[in-house]
Amino acid sequence: MQYLWAFLVGGAICVIGQLLIDKTKLTSARILVFFVVAGVILGGVGVYQHLVDFAGAGASVPITGFGNLLAKGVKEEIDRAGVIGILTGGLKATAAGIMAAVVLSFAAALIFQPKSK
Amino acid sequence: MISQQEYQKMVQKSSPKSTTFKNCVKAFVVGGAICVLGQSLYAMYEHFGAQKDLAGSLVAITLIFIAIALTGFGVFDNIVNFAGAGASVPITGFANAVAAPAIEFKKEGFILGVGAKMFIIAGPVIVYGTISSMIVGAIYYFVQK
Amino acid sequence: MKRQGSQTVMFSQPVGILATASVVGKKEGEGPIGKMFDMVETDPFFGTKSWEKAESKFATTAVDICAKKSCMPMDSFDYIIAGDLLNQSTGSIYGLRNTNRPYLGIFGACSAMGEGMSIASMLIDGGFANNIIVAASSHFCSAEKQFRFPLEFGSQRTPTSSWTVTGAAAVALTTSQSDVVITAATTGKMVDMQIKDANNMGAAMAPAAADTIVAHLKDTNRSPKYYDAIITGDLGYIGSQLLLQTTAKMGYDISAIHKDCGIEIFDKNTQNTYAGGSGCACSGVTFSAYFYEQLRIGKLSKILFVPTGALMSPTSIQQGESIPSIAHAVAIERCAA
Repeated sequence: MQYLWAFLVGGAICVIGQLLIDKTKLTSARILVFFVVAGVILGGVGVYQHLVDFAGAGASVPITGFGNLLAKGVKEEIDRAGVIGILTGGLKATAAGIMAAVVLSFAAALIFQPKSK
Repeated sequence: MISQQEYQKMVQKSSPKSTTFKNCVKAFVVGGAICVLGQSLYAMYEHFGAQKDLAGSLVAITLIFIAIALTGFGVFDNIVNFAGAGASVPITGFANAVAAPAIEFKKEGFILGVGAKMFIIAGPVIVYGTISSMIVGAIYYFVQK
Repeated sequence: MKRQGSQTVMFSQPVGILATASVVGKKEGEGPIGKMFDMVETDPFFGTKSWEKAESKFATTAVDICAKKSCMPMDSFDYIIAGDLLNQSTGSIYGLRNTNRPYLGIFGACSAMGEGMSIASMLIDGGFANNIIVAASSHFCSAEKQFRFPLEFGSQRTPTSSWTVTGAAAVALTTSQSDVVITAATTGKMVDMQIKDANNMGAAMAPAAADTIVAHLKDTNRSPKYYDAIITGDLGYIGSQLLLQTTAKMGYDISAIHKDCGIEIFDKNTQNTYAGGSGCACSGVTFSAYFYEQLRIGKLSKILFVPTGALMSPTSIQQGESIPSIAHAVAIERCAA
């Protein structure tokens, strides 16, 4: 059942993105920003976590889930360490993803050549 | 010569629109499938004893790894060309946005090419994601008090 | 006076086309006119280390082949005139730096071949030169890198987007007698209809093409029937349709004789090139390999060749500017020998 919800919710979030691509002139960079900020806001007010609890990876894998993680991390760090958490919480919670992207991209740059289409 | 307004109308009439419905179906299926893959990875990591947060991080890292490998082999852009937001909205799209410029700009060297240009597309995601998380944090902090 | 009307010059001595050369990439080689190019290079890097260096090598190779086909040493060319799409004309400059001949670099975006042929013909008819090579180059990958995204970045192409042609073309012009000659040139005005979508360049350029074509017909008092074909550079499917509508509204019906290099060079159905081919090489190689040959063998006898260019830069687009466009017309005729 969890898998079905992950499929449906994850697919639905992607459809919102597709509609933005096709119906507006927004570039993909802008759409990614829109999604991450939407994730932060929904995470900030506590709505998005319900979606994650319900749909699992269907809500956490889309980039909105990254935004939610930023918001969640900030709130948890404030609870734990006080005011400094405002600055440190977001990146702490998302560090694994960002570091993986940086290190693996660097490795890819070492190994691969761009290809013609 | 015809007027700008008249010409704009002609352009709108003759420029084909993206086939939104078909695109949405493809985005739905591929996006859903990537999330199901994420869900099964999550179950696997949990099975091997990872805690909730750790399993979540491992899922993200695995998907990022797959996306960057596919980017290196020159496949990922074909997947996006087919599935659109279905592949670019999940974390895989973020990973591709970091890896693609890193590979492309290595011709300009490892400092000013790879290093400086790695975030030309994905940079805004980090900038606006972290800034908005700070704002959310500040509000949370003062509401709590 | 050689000048006629407001934008046109008529050459007192027709300027001869001595030879043409075309070197293209793999995809172009697989297209409908693929067999007609002088050379098809299947390696997108052309044995070099970057897209920019590859584009330069396309330009070098096209100019070399052109000089060889003209049966003249490089020294006998008084000028080389070249243009491309890259910043500071990287393709032309690095490709032609070893030619050791007087060089004039031009920028007219994808209209470079038309602009170059016009300037070269004026120089020759003015008595300032005997032989000139005009060259234009573009590369799908270097253009993507500069104008859109890194090659491996995933994004969906819109149906209005065009496909930059990989390759280079060179045309050798001369004072001496030749089968195919340039008889007139109409220099285009910049036209900006406030199109801002860089993925719909055909729409941005069509009014410029219409403007130049109509100006040429008015200046020369010719009807479209004078020509066997009016050949635009890279308007593609959408731009061509808009061109025909626009010229019709201006009182000229050219639908029966209009052709577009961006449509000829790729097969829309099997090659996924969306609105059609574009880039400096698009009009250049299609003219050099296909239309010039048709003139030479007599299948066509009078054409108006109108390369079109969208004059935006990535910076101007990011700043929300519209796309100014231009088209240069060159009348090319077969000599009744």
